[in-house]
Amino acid sequence: MSMTATVGHAHADPHHIGIVIEHPGPAPKRIVTAYGFWVFLLSDIVMFSCFFAAYAVLVSQTADGPKGSEIFEPHNVAIETVCLLLSSFTCGMAGIAADVRNRFWFYLGMAVTCVLGLIFLAIEFREFADLVARGYGPSRSAFLTAFFSLVGCHGLHVSAGVLWLLTMMAQVFAKGFRADVLRRMMCFALFWHALDIIWVGVFSVVYLLGGGA
Amino acid sequence: MLGKLDWSAIPFDQPIPLIAGAVVLVAILAVLIWVIVKGHLPYLWHEWITSVDHKRIGVMYILLASVMLLRGGSDAIMMRIQQAIAYQSQGYLPPEHYNQIFSAHGTIMIFFVAMPFVIGLMNLVVPLQLGVRDVAFPTLNSVGFWLTATGALLVNLSLVIGEFARTGWLAFPPLSELSYSPGVGVDYYAWSLQISGVGTLVAGINLVTTVLKLRTKGMNYLRMPMFCWTTLASNLLIVAAFPILTATLAMLLLDRYLGFHFFTNEAGGNVMMFMNLIWAWGHPEVYILVLPAFGIFSEVVSTFSGKALFGYRSMVLATMAICVISFMVWLHHFFTMGAGPDVNAIFGIASMIIAVPTGVKIYNWLFTMYGGRIRFATPMLWAVGFMVTFIIGGLTGVLVAVPPADFMLHNSMFLVAHFHNVIIGGVLFGAFAGFEYWFPKAFGFRLDERWGKLAFWFTFTGFYITFVPLYAAGMLGMTRRLQHYDVAEWRPWMVVAALGMAVLTIGVICQIMQLVVSIRNREALRDRTGDPWDGRSLEWATSSPPPVFNFAFYPDVRGEDAYWDMKSHAQQQSFEHEVPEYHDIEMPRNSPTGFICAFFASIMGFALIWHIWWMVILGGIGAFATFVVFAWRDHDEYIIPADEVARIDRINLEERRSLVSMAGAI
Repeated sequence: MSMTATVGHAHADPHHIGIVIEHPGPAPKRIVTAYGFWVFLLSDIVMFSCFFAAYAVLVSQTADGPKGSEIFEPHNVAIETVCLLLSSFTCGMAGIAADVRNRFWFYLGMAVTCVLGLIFLAIEFREFADLVARGYGPSRSAFLTAFFSLVGCHGLHVSAGVLWLLTMMAQVFAKGFRADVLRRMMCFALFWHALDIIWVGVFSVVYLLGGGA
Repeated sequence: MLGKLDWSAIPFDQPIPLIAGAVVLVAILAVLIWVIVKGHLPYLWHEWITSVDHKRIGVMYILLASVMLLRGGSDAIMMRIQQAIAYQSQGYLPPEHYNQIFSAHGTIMIFFVAMPFVIGLMNLVVPLQLGVRDVAFPTLNSVGFWLTATGALLVNLSLVIGEFARTGWLAFPPLSELSYSPGVGVDYYAWSLQISGVGTLVAGINLVTTVLKLRTKGMNYLRMPMFCWTTLASNLLIVAAFPILTATLAMLLLDRYLGFHFFTNEAGGNVMMFMNLIWAWGHPEVYILVLPAFGIFSEVVSTFSGKALFGYRSMVLATMAICVISFMVWLHHFFTMGAGPDVNAIFGIASMIIAVPTGVKIYNWLFTMYGGRIRFATPMLWAVGFMVTFIIGGLTGVLVAVPPADFMLHNSMFLVAHFHNVIIGGVLFGAFAGFEYWFPKAFGFRLDERWGKLAFWFTFTGFYITFVPLYAAGMLGMTRRLQHYDVAEWRPWMVVAALGMAVLTIGVICQIMQLVVSIRNREALRDRTGDPWDGRSLEWATSSPPPVFNFAFYPDVRGEDAYWDMKSHAQQQSFEHEVPEYHDIEMPRNSPTGFICAFFASIMGFALIWHIWWMVILGGIGAFATFVVFAWRDHDEYIIPADEVARIDRINLEERRSLVSMAGAI
């Protein structure tokens, strides 16, 4: 997988350095899968960045509705953040357990990750439902539109992640730690960590900056 | 139960779409019955529909693009006729129908002709040029294709069930918002692009990973054929740009479906944000399309000049420069919207700078031809025709990149002429060149040269007769998308353009004839050597059509123009003389996942367009179930035994040896 340095023939060494980096051929499957998934994650982050941009453009367009500082509850957001950051840790533990083929710790790690993710989603759902009940739904103003979309898009990703997580647990239960299952587990872990990174962005841009505005 | 869907969705009062729809329906039914009666269905299912072979998927992409080219082309013919006769009259098309036609024409030509065509060619060729057995994610590749087909299906459904958008091909708000477009037209547009956009993204991820992680031994970055470089650049752009389209359309859909206020006039929505977002995707999209075409021309020009590509490294640099700069010019699409002179100047300059690497490429092609032994085979004709045409298109492009000039010319027929100049002269000519060039590789026989040359000359002249008048009409002040007009000076140009369209149509007919004649004479046109053009890159090192595993063993690359080196340095041992040791080869097993996914995606898309919510849920569950079933497979690969590999490879070597001995005799 890594580049190997060999003393090559004249043909491959146009500048006569004496050392030629020869490409060793196709990478192993694990590398290819992880690489492709990284590329997907980058594209997903581009997608999020559009919603971030929309939020930045629309944050002051409140149409006489509430501003961010009037509706955000830092207390809730703090709990959400702690849940999500912790779940990233437990997801990492589950990944290590999968690597050493330890079913108990794998299930435990995944279960805790799942519970933390669900708590996060529940708090977010309550926040949304509460806002809608007060008449501050996404169609109230462009600011609320951007807020619900950005945060909701992240929430949607977390929901999809939970669904994937449960499928992963079922796969390990049914198939064991097979090579393809482990590759999927690696992708899931990357996905879950990426959601964490995006949440840090949401937390900073929406709740800290938007809350102050 | 059926949401917004009822009998009023069928346009009984409009004969044109109904008749067209009926003809298509009858044709599809006839083909289907023929397939079933002749017993071809199992073959189609096992060999094509469920295939995860990159070559087959590439061919299916190109087939889809060709069929949709006919659809988009008939839209174009209708528009040219309308504008030729709609002087001081209503013409033969009602305004709302005409608006649907130009919207559908743009959407189809970009998303369902140009995109599948170039993605198909990349799919077909890049793994072969890299000397590997498949793309990085074969099943995903199939999913990507079938999702693209779903998008095309939805667009065509709009012809008879409901309506298509009347908003132009980018559906600008506030016109595309619910208050101004209450029908399902924009929903058809948005959902078909969302679904096919996912397919495109999947293809992009796949090809980026393939180029970066799956290259044969010794294939360093600076030994990759030019087409692989442009594929890399193009797919990097797909990965970076298509999520923007997804997000933008999602916002528009949220506005339309749930009363959000991203782009509305009221409650603080911002229409300019749509312009910025859609063109932040849309401008790179132009280069997503044209970069692969540049790669094709590089291969074609160097092969048919019998020379290595001139300035290979500068070509790589130019490609990557275009890749980066293409993201910095989007604002030139709305110079006139009041961003101010500073912003306009910066984006104007960036837009002109992108002509520099493009110019580098043109000079490289010219210097490749200089002193070469040029053979004017059909692909080479398309390449030379491209160089002339694209330079004109590039020059008019630089012209409209000057903000003051753009204030005069924006939204005029001049602009229409400009972008058809670059898209037809660049992308379509490139697609045709690639089609002619790689057809023998895909099917094992050449295309008929006589009909190919006729097709080129009719298309080439037809193109000029159609679009030069549009430049003139634009200079005379004619704006785009006019249903009818009262200015006498525009009329003659519109009539000439319609005549040009007729010549273009003859070109298309010649292309169809070429296919028919070639298939009929396929035995005489058979390519037994696998290398009909005396090619330079690795796809010519294997037989035509290649075996499912492409290469019996990974070729060892020692320099640029890998196969040419092997041929000319008599280093063919690995291919020709030495009896190599064959090994078992693992290949991915066929899978209906892509087709079933697309089935559910079609149901879901249709249901979303018509607000049939239970069906949406059903489609969603089906899609998830498909993935779970796919994930549960125990055997996703099968083994081709070494004996079988040896047998197939020996046939290839026999043919090749006779080629070499023939070349030696000459």
